[in-house]
Amino acid sequence: MYGLGGILLFLLGVWSFLVHDGLLRKLIAINVTGAGVFHVFIAVAYRGLDAAPDPVPHALVLTGIVVAVSATALALTLGQRLERPDD
Amino acid sequence: MIDWLVLAIAVPLLGSVVAAALPGRASAIGLATAVLTTGSALAASLVVAEGGSLRSDLGGWGAPLGIALAADGLSAALLVMSNLVALGISVYALDYFSGGVRRHFWPLWLLLWTSLNGVFLAADLFNVYVTLELLGISAAALGALSGRPDAVAANLRYLLVGLLGSMTYLLGVALLYTELGTLDIGLAAEALVPGPLAHTAFALMLGGLLLKAALFPLHFWLPPAHSQAPAAVSAALSALVVKAAVYLVLRLWMDLFGPVAGPGAGAMLGVLGAAAVVWGSWRAFRAERLKLLAAYSTVAQVGYLFLFFPLLAIAPPPEREALLGALVLLALTHGFAKAGLFLAAGLLQKRVGHDRIDELGPAIQSLPVVGLTLGLAGVALIGLPPSGTFIAKWILLAESIGAGQWWWAPVVLIGTLLASAYVYRLLANAFGPAAQAEPAAEGALAPIGRLAQAPALLMTLVAVVVLGLGGEPLWGLLEGVGP
Repeated sequence: MYGLGGILLFLLGVWSFLVHDGLLRKLIAINVTGAGVFHVFIAVAYRGLDAAPDPVPHALVLTGIVVAVSATALALTLGQRLERPDD
Repeated sequence: MIDWLVLAIAVPLLGSVVAAALPGRASAIGLATAVLTTGSALAASLVVAEGGSLRSDLGGWGAPLGIALAADGLSAALLVMSNLVALGISVYALDYFSGGVRRHFWPLWLLLWTSLNGVFLAADLFNVYVTLELLGISAAALGALSGRPDAVAANLRYLLVGLLGSMTYLLGVALLYTELGTLDIGLAAEALVPGPLAHTAFALMLGGLLLKAALFPLHFWLPPAHSQAPAAVSAALSALVVKAAVYLVLRLWMDLFGPVAGPGAGAMLGVLGAAAVVWGSWRAFRAERLKLLAAYSTVAQVGYLFLFFPLLAIAPPPEREALLGALVLLALTHGFAKAGLFLAAGLLQKRVGHDRIDELGPAIQSLPVVGLTLGLAGVALIGLPPSGTFIAKWILLAESIGAGQWWWAPVVLIGTLLASAYVYRLLANAFGPAAQAEPAAEGALAPIGRLAQAPALLMTLVAVVVLGLGGEPLWGLLEGVGP
C-alpha cells in the first residue's frame, strides 16, 4: 500500500515535470518524483510486523536525499544565474 | 598488493578536494592528479588484461553487505580510453582556461573524472546511481562554467533531464530490490527470475539510462548543452559522459537482465538507434556552427552503438563476441575522435572568436596542425579505413546480413554518406577558393600554443591509426565478458 503510494507520487512527479514550464515547478516536480522513489524504498524495508525493518533501503534513502538536495541546490544556483544575466 | 581500483577513484576525488582548497595552485594540483589517476587506471586495466577480472571489496566487507568495485575486460577497455582522453583534456585545459574560470574548472573536472571511473568500476546497482548522479551534477556545472545565459539555460535543462533519468533508474533499482534483496550486480543476476516485476524494473532502468545516453528521441537536451559548453568540457561530455550511460546499458543488458532482455527489446533499441543515426547525421550536415555539428554527430554515433543491440540479442556466442568487440571498438574510436574534434573546434573558436563553419576557412589554413586534426577526426567519424570505425561498421554490416536482418545495412550506409557530407563541408572551407582568396591577417588572429594543439592531434591519431591497425587485442580483452 505504502509502496503503491510511492509509485503514485513518482508518476505524479513525472507528469508534472513534463507538463509544467518554469524552473521552480519542474524542480519541485523532480523532488516529488524523488520522494516517491524513496517511499518505495521505505516500503521495501518492511519485513513483517515482528521483524526489524531491513536497514539497507534506509541507508539508500539517506544517500539519495543527500544527492537530491545537492542537485536541487545546483539547479537553483543556475536558475538564479539566469535571472541576473547582466552579472 | 596495491589496490588500483580504489586508487583510480580515490586519487581524483582527493585531488578535487585539494584543488578546491588551494585555488591558487589548482592547475598544478590538477595536472599532477590527472597523471596519477591515469596511471592507476592504466595499471588496473593492465592487471585485468593479464589476469582476468578484478574485484575489490571495500573495507573487507564482501557482498551482499559491502559495496564492491569490479573491473572486467569491458570496464578496462572503457577505463583506458576515458582516462587517456581525460588526460589529454587536462593538458589542453592548462592553456584553454584562464583566471577565475580555471580555479573553478579543476575541482569540478576532477570530480567528474572520479565519478566517471566510479561508473566504470561499480559492481553495485546503487553505487551506479550515486556515481551517475555525481557525473550528471559535475557535468552540468562544468558545462555552465562560462556563465553565459544560453550556456546556463542549456545546462540547467541537462541537469533536470539527468535528474529525471536517474530517478527513473532508481525506481527500477527499488523494484528490483523488493524481489531480489541484493544490490550487487552479480548476486542479483543469479537471483533474477523473469516476471512482471523484473520486466518493469528493466524498462524503468533502461529508460532512465537511455535518457542519459541521449538515444533518439531522448536526445533533445544534448546538442545545446554540448555545443554551449567550453570546448574542453564539450569534449568530455560528448566523448566520455554519454559513453558512461551507454556502458551501463550494455553492462545491465549482458550481466543482469540477460533472461529478460529479449529480441523485442533489442529490436526497439535498434530502431531508435537507426532513427538517431539518420536524424543526427542530417542535423549535423545542416548545422551552421562547428560545435553544433560535433554535438549532432554524437547523437548519430550513439545511434550506431545501439544498432548492435538487436544483433547482440539473437547472436550465438562466436558472433556475439565479434559484435561486442566491434561495439566497444566503435565506442572507443568515437571517444578519441570526438574529443579531438571538440578540442580542435575550441582552438579555432579561440583563434577567430566564432565557430561558424562557413567562415572558418582562413582560421584552419593558419593552423595546419588543427586542420590535420579535423581531417583525421573526419576519417574516424565517417569510418574510412584504417580507422577503428571502419572495422566496427564492417563487422556490423557483415553480421546484420549474416543474421538475416539486412535492413540495418542501409541505415549504416545513409549515416556514412551523410557523415562524409558534413565532414566534406567542413574541410571544403579550409581548402576551397574562398580560403585561398583571403588569407587571414596575422594580427586578427589570437595566438595558439603548440602544447594546446598536441592533445587533439594525438587523440585523433589514436582513433584512426592505433585503434584501426592495432584494435585486435581488444577482442582478447573482452573474452569472457557477459553471460
